[in-house]
Amino acid sequence: MPMINSLEKATNPTAPLHEHQFVALEQQKAAATAGMWVFLTSEIMFFGAIFSAFLIYGYLYPEVFAHFSQKLHLLLGSLNTGILLTSSWTMVMAVHGAQQQNRRLLLRSLVFTFLLGAVFLGIKGYEWSAEIRSGDFPGSGQVNPRQGEIFLRLYFIMTGFHGLHVLIGLLLITGLWIDTARKTNIPSSQLHFTENLGLYWHFVDIVWIFLFPMLYLMDKPRLPW
Amino acid sequence: MNETALPNYLQEGTSLGSWLLTRDHKRIALLYMFAITFFFVIGGIAATFFRLELVTPKGDLVEAATYNRLFSLHGIVMVWLFLIPSIPAVFGNFLVPLMIGAKDLAFPRLNLLSWYLFMAGGTIIIGSAVLGSVDTGWTFYTPYSSLYSNSHVVAAVTGVFIVGFSSILTGLNFIVTIHKMRAPGMRWGRLPLFIWSQYATSIINVLATPVLAMTLALIALENLTDLGIFNPWKGGDPLLFQHLFWFYSHPAVYIMILPAMGVVSEVITCFARKRVFGYNFIAGSSLAIAFIGFMVWGHHMFVSGQSPYAGLVFSFLSMLVAVPSAIKVFNWTTTLYQGSILLSAPMLYVIGFIGLFTIGGLTGIFVATLAIDVHVHDTYFVVAHFHYIMVGGAVMAYFGALHFWWPKMFGRMYPESWARLAAIMIFVGFNLTFFPQFVLGYQGMPRRYHSYAPEFQVWNVLSSAGASILAVGYLLPFIYMAWSWKYAPRSGPNPWPATGLEWQVPSPPSKDNFSGIPHIEDEVYAYDQLFGKSDEPHSAPS
Amino acid sequence: MEFLKWPQQASAFAADVDHVFIVLLIVSGGAVLLIAGLIVFFCVRYSRKKQPRPVHHTNTKLSLEIGWSVIALAFFLFAFAWGARIYLQMYRTAPDDAYAVYAIGKQWMWKFQHPDGRREINELHVPVNRPVKINLISQDVIHSLYIPAFRLKHDVLPMAYTEMWFEPTLPGSYHLFCAEYCGTSHSEMVGQVIAMRPEDFENWLGNSQGMGSTAQQGAKLVASLGCTSCHKSESTSIAPWFGGIYGKPVELADGTSTVVNDAYIRESILNPQAKVVRNFQPAMPSYQGRITEDEILSITAYIKSLREQKNE
Repeated sequence: MPMINSLEKATNPTAPLHEHQFVALEQQKAAATAGMWVFLTSEIMFFGAIFSAFLIYGYLYPEVFAHFSQKLHLLLGSLNTGILLTSSWTMVMAVHGAQQQNRRLLLRSLVFTFLLGAVFLGIKGYEWSAEIRSGDFPGSGQVNPRQGEIFLRLYFIMTGFHGLHVLIGLLLITGLWIDTARKTNIPSSQLHFTENLGLYWHFVDIVWIFLFPMLYLMDKPRLPW
Repeated sequence: MNETALPNYLQEGTSLGSWLLTRDHKRIALLYMFAITFFFVIGGIAATFFRLELVTPKGDLVEAATYNRLFSLHGIVMVWLFLIPSIPAVFGNFLVPLMIGAKDLAFPRLNLLSWYLFMAGGTIIIGSAVLGSVDTGWTFYTPYSSLYSNSHVVAAVTGVFIVGFSSILTGLNFIVTIHKMRAPGMRWGRLPLFIWSQYATSIINVLATPVLAMTLALIALENLTDLGIFNPWKGGDPLLFQHLFWFYSHPAVYIMILPAMGVVSEVITCFARKRVFGYNFIAGSSLAIAFIGFMVWGHHMFVSGQSPYAGLVFSFLSMLVAVPSAIKVFNWTTTLYQGSILLSAPMLYVIGFIGLFTIGGLTGIFVATLAIDVHVHDTYFVVAHFHYIMVGGAVMAYFGALHFWWPKMFGRMYPESWARLAAIMIFVGFNLTFFPQFVLGYQGMPRRYHSYAPEFQVWNVLSSAGASILAVGYLLPFIYMAWSWKYAPRSGPNPWPATGLEWQVPSPPSKDNFSGIPHIEDEVYAYDQLFGKSDEPHSAPS
Repeated sequence: MEFLKWPQQASAFAADVDHVFIVLLIVSGGAVLLIAGLIVFFCVRYSRKKQPRPVHHTNTKLSLEIGWSVIALAFFLFAFAWGARIYLQMYRTAPDDAYAVYAIGKQWMWKFQHPDGRREINELHVPVNRPVKINLISQDVIHSLYIPAFRLKHDVLPMAYTEMWFEPTLPGSYHLFCAEYCGTSHSEMVGQVIAMRPEDFENWLGNSQGMGSTAQQGAKLVASLGCTSCHKSESTSIAPWFGGIYGKPVELADGTSTVVNDAYIRESILNPQAKVVRNFQPAMPSYQGRITEDEILSITAYIKSLREQKNE
């Protein structure tokens, strides 16, 4: 039990709701939000490294990259973009529910977000398996010219790391859902968690918003079918 | 207010569990201290072996393959397991909350997780070393590291990858803490310069380390699947790896040196009993180094085949990044002017730092000068240059910090004359070890050579002789600090005496650092108030 | 007192580099002595014994801060400008009349090839007072060709030609090192550069071991590898003929054009689909893994030797 000093007692007649290192709940919330933003900045640099690599190779081998970009499944990619954007909206509703102390809205929105994220991963997995079946994967021995290997390698790494982030998001959503389902109200710590999870989810969405045109729309505009 | 009634942080629990599950920033700092001390010894043993090997031109003590593993291990361990965590993870953890008037870091649990990540990564690196180690050098250049090396590259990069997350999370914790946890009255302009340097370092940690993480992940993938984006036979570009690697690893040098500069600012102002000269410029130059430091990575690649015009740009920017360092050196020197100087052990380390860092920085100008770099790149000149910065700078400051804050950490003094002797031995031994390497480098001895041309022998023998003095200098603090832990006289809260919040609480501090919320009314480094009218210091305000 | 000797200056660049180095050394040495001297002086003059309390004076002075920043910056930019001038000379394209040598780095040896077909391992004979150009390529990892007496090095990359050049000025034998860490026997990848007076060099070349010129070896290869079954000199052939194309622009299937040079020939052998000549089918298989870097150099020399041929 941390020592509670006189000033804290004056502002907080009951036991403190915040963790012991903070002086007030507002400070805890500000720290949590700031921490999430710093973390996301770090994430931007992580994806930035591979994005840079992609742009550099795209500049070196424009025709090869355009050719392999055309081979990707544009319809499924567009569908996935829509799905992930929609899931960002349901995530906004989840955060809204938490702010309004509306447990039902929070739980329902989390379920929708989870389902949309899972469908996204399912479609992505189908795309991958289709590409592997048709020999469009690195090391298949059927990639010609060989710079195509680089495109495919980058494609699998980028979508792989993004998919991993979606998967982590799904696990966090599951954890939050279980936690919320067990409680009768939404304590402030949970509200902060929901808000930060929202930030994370939107970030993962934005990464895809960059990935999609880079990978699928490298060359001239074309119809999705 | 009776401060002594509270148990100190060391007495809060003595079981192993109370240490391994602690969320107290001060205990975590000590956990880091033990860990990096162990890693420092490992890295030092590797260096001892190859310094012995290099006494003779022939490769007669160990085989070439062993020699390559020794210098690779030395580099990886010293960079990622000692230098990068050294001052931030030990003294940053211990002091950041104390200096800004907070009970702890913003995310204590995350802080403990950072230590576990660090230990996990360190264990993997040491484990891979036991199983046969890695022979790529700490730089992991492709295609050697990804296609040709038969050593444990994947294990080593995995270890470094995990350690990287430890530095990212520590940096994140410090940034949020410094932004959100300052006590009332602790304005940005009142922050100790140590905090400014930690802040700048944390920015680099958060922005640069993820790039290394991605780069190492690509190296591991290339190793495991034999197909990567750097493989030149598949259309890849090995120079891209070098760009990505140095985009992290040059800023990493500033991760090592900025915290050391923060230590120097604290110690020099204390033992000159005078407010540090040019506070704003020292604080601002830390940020300037952090930002310009992100734009100089290409100076590692002047002879790599990148465009000569890129070389021009990177050379120019490297010259710019040297200016803030020069500003710091000038301000520290001016701080001494008309002070009241005591050459205590921490002060000796710090003054040694200024001298060695100045040589290291100016030789940095040599290697940033394009024409000279074409000759000395990848020679012992570069080895000497960065050891002057990393060892003459960062390690000296680490020892300075250890002596300066030791009384605060453990409430005990240390034997002053032994400590001064160690400082002088380290300074002399260091110069004897590394100054000959400047000569070797200009004479053309390439680095990472297991055997060398006979005409280089004299300087190599001198260097190895110096290394033995250096080793003794490093061993001394181990012995007397261990002794002082139990037997030295108690120090009291403020032995030097110094300004700053950390010196106004008992030594060792209580678990929550402060018994109330401190309110800061004094300007930073108000030594003129502390020693204004009489020779006797005022009693510390409580 | 061998170890105190200044390293030999044996190329046109060496003295230039040493000049910059010495000037920087004098200025930096002065700066180090000044700062160290000031620190020692202050520590003695203002020691706590002599001065129990600090004298009060300002803690910051803008004019001083700006002054020393500008002085430091001026010195640094001076070093930048001088170093950059020399660097651009070193790293510019070699003079046209340069003696052209080919170097192949591999774990852990240097192979050199002279224009007349003569080959050397870990030794390179060059004439003095004449620019020498080395075309570099690695067969495996990155190496770096380093000749301390010439104050010159250049990295050697796999799958990409790089070029370095120098002008030896002093006859003698000089160290040649690999400067980029390349694996187990990195420190054994060393050799000699032997700079000779022009007449001696001519004599040395005269004692050729009857290898035949590189171009002749290339002609043999082109026949033995079966290149000529498609690359015929008749205009009806399914692949372009080698004559009269070297150094000239060629139109490609995708509408762009490129110049036929060493790098293009190399790429066409290893990755034929990358840049197909217009009006021809991409029918050629890749020779990657079936041909060594030396052989590629010989074929390049052969194509080069046909550059004066008229193309029908």
